[in-house]
Amino acid sequence: MIDSALIPKGVKRCPTWQFALAVALASGVLLWGVYAMLLCWIKGLNQTNMNNAYGFALWIWADLAVIALGGGAFFTGLLRYVFGKDELKHLINYAVLIGFICYSSAQLILAIDVGQPLRAWFIFWHANVHSMLTEVAFCLSAYFGVLCIEYLPLILENRQIDKVPFWHNLSHNLHHIMAVFAATGAFLSFFHQGSLGGVSGVLFGRPFSFREGVLVWPWTFFLFTWSAAACGPCFTIAITKMTEAIAGKKLVKDNVIQLLAKIAGWMLATYIVAKIIDTIYWATVTAPSKGMNLMDFYSNNAFYGIWILVLEIGICGILPAAILITPAGRKNPKLLTTAAVLGAVGVCVNRWVMVLQTLAVPVLPFESWTLYLPSWQEVATTILPVAYGVILVLISYRYLPVFPQEPELNPIEQ
Amino acid sequence: MFPFNFEWVWDLGHMVFMGGLWYALTIIGLGVTYCVVKAVKETSEGAQDSHH
Repeated sequence: MIDSALIPKGVKRCPTWQFALAVALASGVLLWGVYAMLLCWIKGLNQTNMNNAYGFALWIWADLAVIALGGGAFFTGLLRYVFGKDELKHLINYAVLIGFICYSSAQLILAIDVGQPLRAWFIFWHANVHSMLTEVAFCLSAYFGVLCIEYLPLILENRQIDKVPFWHNLSHNLHHIMAVFAATGAFLSFFHQGSLGGVSGVLFGRPFSFREGVLVWPWTFFLFTWSAAACGPCFTIAITKMTEAIAGKKLVKDNVIQLLAKIAGWMLATYIVAKIIDTIYWATVTAPSKGMNLMDFYSNNAFYGIWILVLEIGICGILPAAILITPAGRKNPKLLTTAAVLGAVGVCVNRWVMVLQTLAVPVLPFESWTLYLPSWQEVATTILPVAYGVILVLISYRYLPVFPQEPELNPIEQ
Repeated sequence: MFPFNFEWVWDLGHMVFMGGLWYALTIIGLGVTYCVVKAVKETSEGAQDSHH
């Protein structure tokens, strides 16, 4: 292989042509997204199906979803560096990589969504300190900086880069104080994950998403942070299992996955209990106080039925939590993967309803449901980060020691 | 963002909100600076730790 000098020692990789073909296929999708992105930047937001009813649409859902799914990075980092769960050192690299992809994708989508990216810096320079979205912008950007710092040592551990003494020493020093960055990342994540939930929860004119709370924080603030900490690790496990299936070999030992699955399971179980209590209180007290009943939110329209609540709380909440907190469930590989995927889907459904169903529900007596279908440009720009993520995973897996246990689990025959 | 911006007000909102941001940025900045300076020093002294 022409790039064999760059491949980590003790691991086997596919032939270069196969790797190049995979990158080329993903790049084709990426270019489609870039074309749509350029259309949005050059021609403007008339390329989207957003309107006065949908100022937030597919992009904001994608933003909230990838930020929640990327929560595996901050939570795994917190467990590894602050709470001393040492086994997770074998998975933290991949969690950081997934988090890096998710957060950079979120920023890319926002850069398209703002419509006038040349003025994106206004949110920092002329900050509105009463806006939860300003807090999100600050914490998101700062946490992306933390993720870059956490990802950097992995890049520096590439076989060739590591030979340069300065990069080697820098990598070592960054590892040495990584707990400081991990703790800062957890602090930032707590606030931006929460504030994303707070944005929906403070909408007192929209009874579907409005919630009471404590001080300036509605309950959705805490539920969003909690769900990201629960479902982010589920996504990390799901992607790890998918990578193992594609690579055709085991990359992480079972005890590492089991530990993260157990913690994610208990986080998900406690979250879903809180979510059920929140839903019951909202359906019986909050919504009626605003003149609405539960079924007003789930009837008289072509899409949003009660099924979406059952899907979010039952199928993608209670079920995966029950599997993950049970030793027998966790030890069954198929059930474990199913639960991890369901947990990740569940948080995406939650973000969907909190962004899009909130805007769809009529709030005045003379209004009717407003449904929305994204334009192909919105779809293409939302798929763009997925293609970018695939390419980054392909490159990182090939050239960086992402999985420290891989050489031990897959010894190369001489 | 800065006290010299025209819309800055010395109230609790600005102090808590911007204080939190600058607190986090300071930790990140100091952490990275420490690592880079230490790496420069170690490299110039010829040290190379083989453990991570």
